[in-house]
Amino acid sequence: MLKEKYDVIVIGAGPAGLAAAIEAKKTGAQDVLVIERAQELGGILQQCIHNGFGLQILKRDLPGPAYAQRFIDELAGLHIDTLLDAMALNVTSGRHVSATSRWSGFVDLDTRALVLAMGCRERTRAQIALPGTRPAGVFTAGTAQRFVNIEGYMPGKRFVILGSGDIGMIMARRLTFEGAKVERVLEIMPFLTGLTRNYVQCLMDYDIPLQLRHTVKRIIGNDRVEAIESVQIDEQRQPIPGTEEIIPCDTLLLSVGLIPENELSRKAGVSLDPVTGGPFVDEKMQTNVPGIFAAGNVVHVYDLVDWVTQAGWLCGRNAAEYAISERKRHGRRVKMKAGDNVRYIVPHTLDKESLAESVQRLQMRVTLPIEEPVWVEVMNGEERVTRKAELYVRPGEMVNIDIPQSAYDAVQRASELSVRVIKRQGG
Amino acid sequence: MAQEHRKFICITCPQGCALDATIEGGTAVKIEGNTCKRGVDYVAGELKDPRRMVTTTVRVKGGVHPLAPVYTESPIPKPRIFDLLAEIRTIELTAPVKFGDIVIKNALGTGIDVVASRSIAAKSEGS
Amino acid sequence: MANTKHDVIIIGAGVVGCMVARLLSRFKLDVLLIEKDSDIGMGASSANTAIVHAGYDPKPGTLKAEMNVAGNRMYDQLAGELNFPFERRGDYVVAIGAEEFVKLEGLRQQGLENGVPGMVIIDGADVRRREPNINPDVSGALWASTGGICDPFAVAVAAAENAVVNGVTLLTDTAFQDFIMEGTRIVGVRTNRGDFRSRWVVNSAGLYSDVVMHKAGLRPEFKITPRKGEYYVFDKAEITINNVLFPVPSATSKGILVTTTVHGNTIIGPNALEIEDKEDRSITRVGMDEIWQGALSLIPSLSLRYSIAEFAGLRPGGNAPCANPNVKYDKDFIIEIPKQVEGLVNLGGIESPGLTSSPAIAVRVVELLKDAGEKLEEKPEWNPIRRARPRFRDMLPVEQKLLIESHPSYGRIICRCENVTEGEIIAEIHAPVPARTYDAVKRRTWLGTGRCQGGFDTARVVEILARELGVSPLEVSKKGKGSEFLVRPTKEKEAEQC
Repeated sequence: MLKEKYDVIVIGAGPAGLAAAIEAKKTGAQDVLVIERAQELGGILQQCIHNGFGLQILKRDLPGPAYAQRFIDELAGLHIDTLLDAMALNVTSGRHVSATSRWSGFVDLDTRALVLAMGCRERTRAQIALPGTRPAGVFTAGTAQRFVNIEGYMPGKRFVILGSGDIGMIMARRLTFEGAKVERVLEIMPFLTGLTRNYVQCLMDYDIPLQLRHTVKRIIGNDRVEAIESVQIDEQRQPIPGTEEIIPCDTLLLSVGLIPENELSRKAGVSLDPVTGGPFVDEKMQTNVPGIFAAGNVVHVYDLVDWVTQAGWLCGRNAAEYAISERKRHGRRVKMKAGDNVRYIVPHTLDKESLAESVQRLQMRVTLPIEEPVWVEVMNGEERVTRKAELYVRPGEMVNIDIPQSAYDAVQRASELSVRVIKRQGG
Repeated sequence: MAQEHRKFICITCPQGCALDATIEGGTAVKIEGNTCKRGVDYVAGELKDPRRMVTTTVRVKGGVHPLAPVYTESPIPKPRIFDLLAEIRTIELTAPVKFGDIVIKNALGTGIDVVASRSIAAKSEGS
Repeated sequence: MANTKHDVIIIGAGVVGCMVARLLSRFKLDVLLIEKDSDIGMGASSANTAIVHAGYDPKPGTLKAEMNVAGNRMYDQLAGELNFPFERRGDYVVAIGAEEFVKLEGLRQQGLENGVPGMVIIDGADVRRREPNINPDVSGALWASTGGICDPFAVAVAAAENAVVNGVTLLTDTAFQDFIMEGTRIVGVRTNRGDFRSRWVVNSAGLYSDVVMHKAGLRPEFKITPRKGEYYVFDKAEITINNVLFPVPSATSKGILVTTTVHGNTIIGPNALEIEDKEDRSITRVGMDEIWQGALSLIPSLSLRYSIAEFAGLRPGGNAPCANPNVKYDKDFIIEIPKQVEGLVNLGGIESPGLTSSPAIAVRVVELLKDAGEKLEEKPEWNPIRRARPRFRDMLPVEQKLLIESHPSYGRIICRCENVTEGEIIAEIHAPVPARTYDAVKRRTWLGTGRCQGGFDTARVVEILARELGVSPLEVSKKGKGSEFLVRPTKEKEAEQC
């Protein structure tokens, strides 16, 4: 039975939402509800049957469903309400939530704190404006993954995969395991966009060719995909005439990026960062709307689920504290600014006092790969606040840097901190 | 003895270190580029007995889903992967399946079990 | 069915065929509507700019001009009876720079000659006030208050449903192959699903209207040259152009529009590329660039970042001279009962403004039949009303609540972007003109048309279609046979490897 008013409502029961709900309850929130659109908890992890989850925070190499199960079990022991197979239709800046499902009907709920954990969606054929016909047999990698791993059906026999994102590469191996032929993985960028280990264990291990700087010029086939025409592109991303190739296939999978899912956030008046596609958040994962928090891929697209869980914990803890004490912002804030070769930084702002309490972690993505040692530097103008060495940076892999508590004084002097990633010349 | 250089990308963790191995007589005598000890073990493994964890699905009768995801408890020899997949394809479990259930004991005589990575409830109790 | 003799067989269930069927269902006639595709309205009727044209564009004196203006006038009543989305919000022909402004008066005069009411020329400042995103170099616009927008597929399917409810038989996946003749009299049609006999046949085959009339030995010189038009659709949360904006037309085309739709999405297009292949609805890089440049000249602030879909449609452009010898025009509609053969109502070259004209064309077909001596007797039980089914996203929360209480399946959202519920999908699968493919569900409910383009709903819709149609998910298709989504169960071996 649902209550009318909650301390914390979490929208989305993927890794971020599960962690947020669990942590909110443990922090002292009395009534916590999770709203999930699928019929079961776990979100997209349930179809990510491959391993590689949990290495950072659980120190174990688990498949997605097993990773999810640990949190589902923990949640079950905490008396947290769940509303499954349900859709949140609207949220307001006053934290009123309307949701609907077959089982509950249309429900109106209020909450002291709200956690947005809707995750992300896949970019589609249309968003990259792929020319050609519009036959059956063009799927996003995630949709194909759901068919193969959950529904139990193969969406094709001969595949071309566009995009070297992680889901695409993992699907290449998965389809190969189930007897399909993966002809090619095409990547428009001059570098891999997913994790390098996935290139090794999903493509190299099974001799699936990867072509960088290649894209689909057009899709061929009226009812069902019959072939695709690939083409090489130059530095300006223009097709190079004469490099076209017709690749017969019956299915084209797209793994061309993920976009945070923020339609609800928008309805609640949450401001969105055009670079990440997600809300502007502070170090508590709070958005510009007081009492509305966000965690996981709804904020920015992570590379590892472990970091998503961590963000969920952080967000759940702060949401609970807000619900219990309605704690206000201190107000003295420092902005984060993306410097050289940094595409974005999360959180977008830091409370200057936050360093008195704990180390503050910044997460970012670089714009271009640098395959040699680099410094990741946090700067206040020309003054270096802290720095960290990395052996290389790649757009597919997030970069983390902690601002130590010892930087408290340096941060007090700053109105803006910029982060840059530069080559470590001379080691 | 002749030395050979080979490049590896360590897949032990998502870091994906690019390793440069100097190989002599089938063993790595020097490894560069690793950020932890697991890189050394990885190269040794790749040279002597490359192994991979296998994750796939198995048929389930009477469950809320027609398939249950499964994985090998530890990595199995790479050349045996498709044999294992063929064996798994012949199996059908009956719901309910419990997370951690052993689906195949000592798969292909490797000493490694294939285990369910989630629970699948029986259809009637699920809805 | 092959043995019964129908009074009228209509070839082609596009918007024209559906309108003719609906109007004929008013009379005591046995009407059969045949369609080669898996659903009605899959040709030009569902891939166009969705505009109910005012009528200032066609050349005065042509059939096109007459049908356009007459059809436009019928839309209010039609939308009221058939309950399809229609908004008579008016349209603008936007002039950029002084040179174009001069042309507006000519267009207005042409409209007056065609009998278009409610036109006025406004100045640049006025246009800017009404559409703040407009190109700042705007010099003025022709405002035509009778222009409107609609959901063109909804128009066609509403007419088809109303026809079916009033006794018309609709057969999809039924392709015309030839006429059955007795001398110069047509007595039926041969199809891939057998012969069907009738006293009259209506050729409303759209892109294939030339092929059909040639089979009857008519107008051998008549040729349909498909004219491809490509479009971009934008995310309604990001781009809101609230008007219908035409550029000043060229000699050959109405030009590339920026227009709003009844679904709230802004669309841009179409270009106009003459091609030979009647099935080539592929999207081209060149075409997309062309419409993009065209649209920018009206709304410079558009951003491709917010494009969520692209599509292409084919206009069935003909080469028939205007029946009035005093009017020099060679792309007119054909609406005739030819003398050379008996039993045929021949339509051809019904391109834009065909959607607008379709109800007037249906009226003209009835008039022609009457002129030919057909005693059309009205059915007292004829019901002109087709009720709209619940559309969850357009309802107030209180209405949504009541609907879910009585029908829980309306509480389950299947398409998260457009908020389409399972209840709506089930209703369409069991409607008088049933949706049996994914695209058929999509055209009727607008599911899968939003930002995620079916990424979320596809698996769920496949499951619902399989369940409701009582078939395996392997048989569920995107748009008919040959376009199935799935090839085999995951755990079954690949055929080649057995």
